[in-house]
Amino acid sequence: MASIFYEISRWAIPGLIFFILLYASFKGVKIYECFVKGAEEGFSLAVKIIPFLVAMMMAVSIFRHGGVISLLEKYCGGFFSLLHIPPDILPLAIMRPLSGGASLGICTEIINTHGPDSYLGRLASTMQGSTDTTFFILAVYFGSVGIKKYRYALKVGLFADIIAFLASIFIVSMVF
Amino acid sequence: MINVIWMVMIISGIILAGIRGQPEIITQSAFEAAQAAVKYSIELIGIMSLWLGLMKVAEEAGMIKALAKLLRPFTRLIFPSLPQNHPVLGSILMNFSANLLGLGNAATPFGLKAMQELQEINKNKDEASEAMCTFLAMNTSSITLLPATIIGVRLAAGSANPTEIIGTSLFATTIGFTVALLADRIMRQLHR
Repeated sequence: MASIFYEISRWAIPGLIFFILLYASFKGVKIYECFVKGAEEGFSLAVKIIPFLVAMMMAVSIFRHGGVISLLEKYCGGFFSLLHIPPDILPLAIMRPLSGGASLGICTEIINTHGPDSYLGRLASTMQGSTDTTFFILAVYFGSVGIKKYRYALKVGLFADIIAFLASIFIVSMVF
Repeated sequence: MINVIWMVMIISGIILAGIRGQPEIITQSAFEAAQAAVKYSIELIGIMSLWLGLMKVAEEAGMIKALAKLLRPFTRLIFPSLPQNHPVLGSILMNFSANLLGLGNAATPFGLKAMQELQEINKNKDEASEAMCTFLAMNTSSITLLPATIIGVRLAAGSANPTEIIGTSLFATTIGFTVALLADRIMRQLHR
């Protein structure tokens, strides 16, 4: 099954470009002019998100390097152990919704320290692969169109993250 | 809510670094993060331009409209507030598919494009529309068939079976996705 997904992923982009351009040519679209016209927007859209990226990445970086996470791990670890949640996984659970880069770093660290085929290694891999960076996506996506009131979006995103986190723990302890 | 979380992250980081007697860590990480943010968006310009260009070609050829029409039965359920066969459904689907295949750098351009199109039909330009909230619930919890990066990390760490976490990830991500859509639906009713 893994190799099927891998092949699809490998061919998706070349296939998509091929199909779009071929089909559009048949339809008589001036593909080159059209592409360039669409691509124009890329610059303004990418530049527009800079302030939101700076605000978000700065806060996440200060939070992470200030040492809050190791503090939580130290003082709340016992509580989470009671719930059968290994304390070593806490930094990953906290960073996952905040930053893709930082959580990948933490996940890699766990895998390298405890081994990829250990319980912690498998759990970290599953968690990293099963949710996305909620904060980052909300800040950038809403920021790019000037939305200031997120309404309930953040609550829904974080709630789903917690559920996916618990589901990861459940399935990894069941399967392996 | 975002204001509070943002403040808590920064203030707690500074206080703790201060207690440890290493305030310079904050200075360094704040500056580095600001630079990294700009670097990320500069790199994004190229990829954004590429995908927005291709999207325009697909749109002009009528592919996006056709796709939106094809998916109407599903999208009517998930996005009841969107007008019939609106092209934004095409962008949303492309974003979803890119996430599904673990193609992160294709997902962002489609996602930002979708947000732009959603904003065009949003009545209150300041506030997230119902469709935006649903789209972001889908996006932040999106189902991943192939967590390619993490498989790479496992391979590099010498795992006996680097891909064995595909099944468990798929389970957790499907649960997360379902819960996100349900929670979004409930919140939508409550906030009316």
